[in-house]
Amino acid sequence: MAKKKRPLLDQLKEGKYPSFVKEMEKMAEKKPAVEDHLNLLERSYEDKTVHWKHGGIVGVRGYGGGVIGRYSDLGDEFPNVKEFHTMRVNQPSGWFYSTETLRKLCDIWEKHGSGITNMHGATGDAILLGTTTEHLQPCFDDLSANGFDLGGSGSDLRTPSACVGPARCEHACFDSLDLCNHLTQEYQDELHRPMWPYKFKIKISACPNDCVSSIARADMSIIGTWRDEIRVDQDMVKEYANNGKDIEGILASCPTDCISYDTEKKEINIDNENCVRCMHCINKLPKALRVGKEKGATILLGGKAPIVQSAFLSWVIVPFMKLESPYDELKDLLERIWDWWDEHAKVRERVGELIYRKGMRVFLKEVGLEPDARMVKYPRANPYIFWWPEEVQQND
Amino acid sequence: MTNVAKTDIGPPLYKDQLPEIIKNNYGQWKYHEHVKPGVLKHVAENGDELYTVRVGSPRLLSVETLRWFADLADKYCDGHLRFTSRHNVEFLLTDASKIDALIEEVEAEGWPVGGTGNSLKNLIHTQGWIHCHSAAIDASGIVKSVMDDLYDYFKKDDLPAKLKISLACCLNMCGAVHCSDIAILGIHRTVPKINDEEVSKACEIPNVVASCPTGAIRPNPKKKSVTINEEKCMYCGNCFTVCPGLKIMDPDNDGVAIFVGGKTSNARSGPRFSRLAIPFIPNEPPRWDSTVKAIRNLVELWVENARPGERYGEWIERIGWEKFFDMAGLPFTDKHIDDFIFSVPTFRSTTQFKY
Ligand code: SF4
Ligand code: SF4
Repeated sequence: MAKKKRPLLDQLKEGKYPSFVKEMEKMAEKKPAVEDHLNLLERSYEDKTVHWKHGGIVGVRGYGGGVIGRYSDLGDEFPNVKEFHTMRVNQPSGWFYSTETLRKLCDIWEKHGSGITNMHGATGDAILLGTTTEHLQPCFDDLSANGFDLGGSGSDLRTPSACVGPARCEHACFDSLDLCNHLTQEYQDELHRPMWPYKFKIKISACPNDCVSSIARADMSIIGTWRDEIRVDQDMVKEYANNGKDIEGILASCPTDCISYDTEKKEINIDNENCVRCMHCINKLPKALRVGKEKGATILLGGKAPIVQSAFLSWVIVPFMKLESPYDELKDLLERIWDWWDEHAKVRERVGELIYRKGMRVFLKEVGLEPDARMVKYPRANPYIFWWPEEVQQND
Repeated sequence: MTNVAKTDIGPPLYKDQLPEIIKNNYGQWKYHEHVKPGVLKHVAENGDELYTVRVGSPRLLSVETLRWFADLADKYCDGHLRFTSRHNVEFLLTDASKIDALIEEVEAEGWPVGGTGNSLKNLIHTQGWIHCHSAAIDASGIVKSVMDDLYDYFKKDDLPAKLKISLACCLNMCGAVHCSDIAILGIHRTVPKINDEEVSKACEIPNVVASCPTGAIRPNPKKKSVTINEEKCMYCGNCFTVCPGLKIMDPDNDGVAIFVGGKTSNARSGPRFSRLAIPFIPNEPPRWDSTVKAIRNLVELWVENARPGERYGEWIERIGWEKFFDMAGLPFTDKHIDDFIFSVPTFRSTTQFKY
């Protein structure tokens, strides 16, 4: 059969940046489904719209999540993508692979599906993009036999993810990879069997640079920080100075103006009490400045994208927590939050929206957290102060 | 043979996936340097050196290409590599003398090395027309077109600061792009089309009614369907997510909105949302010329005017939004003024402004 022409997609094979169309064509030679996938996409380019429908309920035995059902609305014309489901595979923390592990994943996916992947989907899973209902269970069986498991989807715990952390970063304030793996293993049931009001995402960055953007992408954002003083290596300050680094210029951008450079002595002085641990000076002078020694994390809650009530950035709920295996304090808090949210939330209400509806005051009290000035930008300006019954005299 | 697959085993243990040099120096890194664009050097307490070569990828990868990456990792990196949250592939080398050979081999096949330090980071994006059911715009095609145009900014690292551009194909924002230096967002602009028959068959009416953030949806008991108050609907598509009978896609009216100035890092200033710069650009497959041009203008404006170290939003905050719209030659319209539930704190209550 003569191949269909795809003049629109062909234009996306030009240009310097790698072409996703060429990636698909590599598989189309072997997989009729990818040939159909390309033709369907060409049709979308002609029609300026999607040709996929809502997913039905498809999955693998024992799990409620991990598979996204997808059907084309032009299934009769493009029968090989009539069913074209996605499997989300939970990646190793930090997305490190031995080539042996990566090749296994490739072989399984070439055997059971399209051979098209995203090695980092929006939540951090490996996305195996496109297979039929009938292939789902055999694919999962092979994945499982080779040490892989599915990630989360639907109203469950989504696959936690973490920055590269201590594996390759001198700023890491705790072991983000171990914590990510620990939580993932501890909460396998929550991850695989949706039973909550809506999704719950956990993202872990080991310092305030927040390389996985956890503050914007997670219901619970765990962001490394420290409490004591920035460590200064004055010899390295001199080395930077002698190499012509504009130390004064860099330090001028300190948001609290608490760090200064003595041009004569070629030394950096920090008023640590006024440092807000933003990382700027450490990022720019990594040989001379290092995060402190008393390390842990700030725990923030409520982050989400716009649907429904607007996007939220996560809010501070614990300014500082030590994070060492087995992370009991964190898990205890997490479970109290889940219980509270599960009990009070409406269908499809994220935990941040529930806190907005009920009030931070109620949230803090009911999950047992102490208010702290570090939780707010400003205190209340309005006089509508709520009191607990025991705080006012009861006249009856 | 019917073996029952084991469930709940979790992901492969990360420790088993790490190269020797990382196992040996886990948590013992001292500092890092930018060797050149796309190449990082990390030095451990004991003096060990690890080199990272970062390669940009279009997110959608065939297993053929993944196997080729594995071959390269075997040849140059003792058999290990990693992926990043911005769809890069990172090759991890211990032998500095192999870096240039690796880069040459990768680039000969058309894969760019870059995206470190003060560069344009690899664009992140969602599925778009490739595989999403509610996309207002394609994702891969726009990203490819923008990256082709801004390619040189990925390959050099002398921008004022890092530059993160992200794309989400609808308001669901699987990619959470709302805190990016430049966010490309697919938007719908018309009310969902009610297919009464499908609504009555496939949807739970109370759920559909409850899904609407503005209360625009009412039950229509006669047809076992719903009605939508056109004045209240803000085209968020949340109802379509719970009910396939309320199709929100509209090829004539869907398109791109561009937001600027967001960030998530705490360095210097805190995390912040991106704000609307351009309310609408029509879908122009296959190369989205107007979108590409608009983004180039936004990038060049910042490159020319920001001070060293200033992220996009930090630059705008310093000069003021009114100046930004002037300098960018962008009209400021009623679309730019928030009218949703958290709008009031975005209004200005001071006589301080610029002309
Ligand atoms: S970490 Fe930030 S606040 Fe602290 S001294 Fe450095 S630049 Fe200033
Ligand atoms: S698109 Fe959004 S605002 Fe419009 S009816 Fe649906 S849920 Fe309501």
